[in-house]
Amino acid sequence: MTSYTDYSTGEPVVDTKAPSGPVNERWDKRRFEAKLVNPANRRKHTVIVVGTGLAGGSAGATLAEQGYHVVQFCYQDSPRRAHSIAAQGGINAAKNYRNDGDSIHRLFYDTVKGGDFRARESNVHRLAQISVEIIDQCVAQGVPFAREYGGLLDTRSFGGVQVSRTFYARGQTGQQLLLGAYQALSRQIAAGNVEMHPRTEMLDLIVIDGRARGIVARDLITGTIDTYFADAVVLASGGYGNVFYLSTNAMNSNATAIWRAHRRGAHFANPCFTQIHPTCIPRTGDHQSKLTLMSESLRNDGRIWVPKAKGDDRPANRIPEDERDYYLERIYPSFGNLVPRDIASRAAKNVCDEGRGVGPGGQGVYLDFADAIKRMGRKPVEAKYGNLFDMYQRITDEDPYEVPMRIYPAVHYTMGGLWVDYDLQTTVPGLFAIGEANFSDHGANRLGASALMQGLADGYFVLPATINDYLARNPHHEAVTAEHPVVQDVLAETEDRLSLLLAVDGDRTPDSFHRELGELMWEFCGMARTDAGLRKALERIPQIREEFWRRIKVPGTGEEFNQSLEKANRMVDYLELAELMCLDALHRAESCGGHFREESQTPDGEAARRDDEFAYAAAWEFTGTGEAPTLHREDLVFEYVHPTQRSYA
Amino acid sequence: MKLTLRVWRQQNADADGAMSTYEVDGISSDMSFLEMLDTLNEELILRGEDPVAFDHDCREGICGACSLVINGDAHGPERTTTCQLHMRSFKDGDTIDVEPWRASAFPVIKDLVVDRTAFDRIIQAGGYITAPTGAAPEAHATPVPKPDADLAFEHAECIGCGACVAACPNGAAMLFTSAKVNHLNVLPQGAPERETRVLDMVAQMDEEGFGGCTLAGECATACPKGIPLVSITSMNKEWLRATRKVAKQR
Repeated sequence: MTSYTDYSTGEPVVDTKAPSGPVNERWDKRRFEAKLVNPANRRKHTVIVVGTGLAGGSAGATLAEQGYHVVQFCYQDSPRRAHSIAAQGGINAAKNYRNDGDSIHRLFYDTVKGGDFRARESNVHRLAQISVEIIDQCVAQGVPFAREYGGLLDTRSFGGVQVSRTFYARGQTGQQLLLGAYQALSRQIAAGNVEMHPRTEMLDLIVIDGRARGIVARDLITGTIDTYFADAVVLASGGYGNVFYLSTNAMNSNATAIWRAHRRGAHFANPCFTQIHPTCIPRTGDHQSKLTLMSESLRNDGRIWVPKAKGDDRPANRIPEDERDYYLERIYPSFGNLVPRDIASRAAKNVCDEGRGVGPGGQGVYLDFADAIKRMGRKPVEAKYGNLFDMYQRITDEDPYEVPMRIYPAVHYTMGGLWVDYDLQTTVPGLFAIGEANFSDHGANRLGASALMQGLADGYFVLPATINDYLARNPHHEAVTAEHPVVQDVLAETEDRLSLLLAVDGDRTPDSFHRELGELMWEFCGMARTDAGLRKALERIPQIREEFWRRIKVPGTGEEFNQSLEKANRMVDYLELAELMCLDALHRAESCGGHFREESQTPDGEAARRDDEFAYAAAWEFTGTGEAPTLHREDLVFEYVHPTQRSYA
Repeated sequence: MKLTLRVWRQQNADADGAMSTYEVDGISSDMSFLEMLDTLNEELILRGEDPVAFDHDCREGICGACSLVINGDAHGPERTTTCQLHMRSFKDGDTIDVEPWRASAFPVIKDLVVDRTAFDRIIQAGGYITAPTGAAPEAHATPVPKPDADLAFEHAECIGCGACVAACPNGAAMLFTSAKVNHLNVLPQGAPERETRVLDMVAQMDEEGFGGCTLAGECATACPKGIPLVSITSMNKEWLRATRKVAKQR
């Protein structure tokens, strides 16, 4: 067996299906060229949608409105609980309601630049175009966005941009947008157009004659493993940040759906592009089960600082003004506290590494609202951020109106995901990936308030247009049945895997393995990565995997509600995905966006891209557990936004 | 801290349940209540016992999954969700009772996990605005007065956790239903379906087996998002108005 790092290079990706021509005409052109399905024929087509977040919820509702028969799944007890609900800050749209110089082209430009020139121009431009329709759609659904006294919509600024284009609903924008999609989905469930399976988790993909035709899923209440068939499968199962154990993701967010699809032939792109969010509440101890984000919107009015002197352990309010280092304002005077997330996170790490961090263990920096309260008064600050301040106080027992918040970076979002073409179709025909589950729009770093935009763009507008083309060309006259030998095989494999997990009866819990893997990933594949560190992780992961299958302990049986079994099964996939993330990080010997390789930095410590060698998306093909994968490069072409060293100074 | 927990254990929906007693030690006051239960579960697994099943997901107080009755109070002693309740609210040596939501419309699935799909069916009955994708007018076409927008938002904050039902002596779902009715009915976008929405949602609520409202007010006290009791009064007015209007049209 060859070593895992001896990956081979396969055929490059030459056609992403994006039309040629001026970038602002490509989406229209694609929609016009796409074949349509006659409305009367749509009800004969079944589409499986996995996940009910912003992408899945909006896609399920819209496909059902179009007349398709949708079969939808979520592991939560209700589709309303998908983790999109926790998004706080807002959603971007190029409405230019502020008359502050915004435009579709500027949103496009900011996003390509913010992503450190590792995203596709065609996709990003489409995203910017659709952004304006999303706001219209959500307002029509009754999403209660913040409004001004004249009754019009309010906006605010976010990191990495100099216009005010972020629409918000206090600190609960994700919740309100998700409930809008959930309500639209509920309407279709009631109409009988969506067959909803809550508390049901996808465990594998069924591929027949090279096409995605269904999934294997487990009813989490009874433990029954069943097969479901369709003419196309849409994965909207979110990102894989939980591979780090501690992250801002929901506890049960997981990578199983996308990883199983990867094992069945879907290429996985840029797995090392993970976003470490700069403003999270620092951890308090080993008992910590997850990290909580404090919205980036706080950086609009909060000022970030640490003491100038190392080891200054005086309380914040006893440190005089001239002994404070407002380091973001100092290093990046034009963007100040609103630099993009990757830059803010790394700057926080740097000052903490210098020994100037605050709070327990020196793993924190201050986010101070004293000036904002002095300038605006307490009331307006309360109106803008009240719920975030309350949440902070509940968790830390400190009052942020009186003492500055302490924040530290944490894993938040994954830009990488299943490789998709312009139609959001993976390398498995008939398998689509939308929202955070795909890799397409954010490059190496996502700008704040763009995840909600992308999830809803994919689900409400892009997928419903492109899936028509696939279904029209592949009418699938022959139905798949449970007796099909491929179905039998996939089902048996899933059952065997769960039985094995139950049979080991070792002496370590699923969480103990998850914690161990997470710590390893945070150390070697976190905010700063090195060749040597990544090689260490790549040596260790197969050992943990081997130990996992020897020592895992899962109580109970598979034929019942068994949360330990769910966790252990997700671990199986994390233990493979982690390896690919490290390999991808190792092979990309440049720094870009959230991927910072210490060997590749400018003299002043900024990420140094190496465009000559790495201006491509890395799409990995699975060849076997622990086997060296095959790399397919998709060269990125920049016709409109020319790659430069990002400057926010 | 060292604590004694008395936890409701029930193998499945059909089995009988009972309180079981567990001792936990080394609990930090910075832990959340669920992290304390994680600690217990890690020990149970290693002892070869079945860990305590409970619903949880975001652990940020927004998804609405967590749902424990702690010492008789839905979500425990603070006005927050269970996941945002911290052990600093308890003292060393305390005995803590942990039970599932108790309501006939929320049958127990296992231990502390209950079935809340009745809430989804209430939303499906009318808790939406019919606005198919693509049909939306420009967002600024209809300004919404700020007080109305704020009122809608206040009700839209409901996370669907079910604490209101668990706290209600009658197991009523009035606060949950009224929150959605008010969120949508106060907005101009929600006006065309104003009557059918409230009538259909209330009818579904009754069909699900939730109890009647006697305005005990426990629901609003338990609500982690502060949905006010007046929400129910507003819904009753909406319902009465809709009933009259529909009767006139006949």
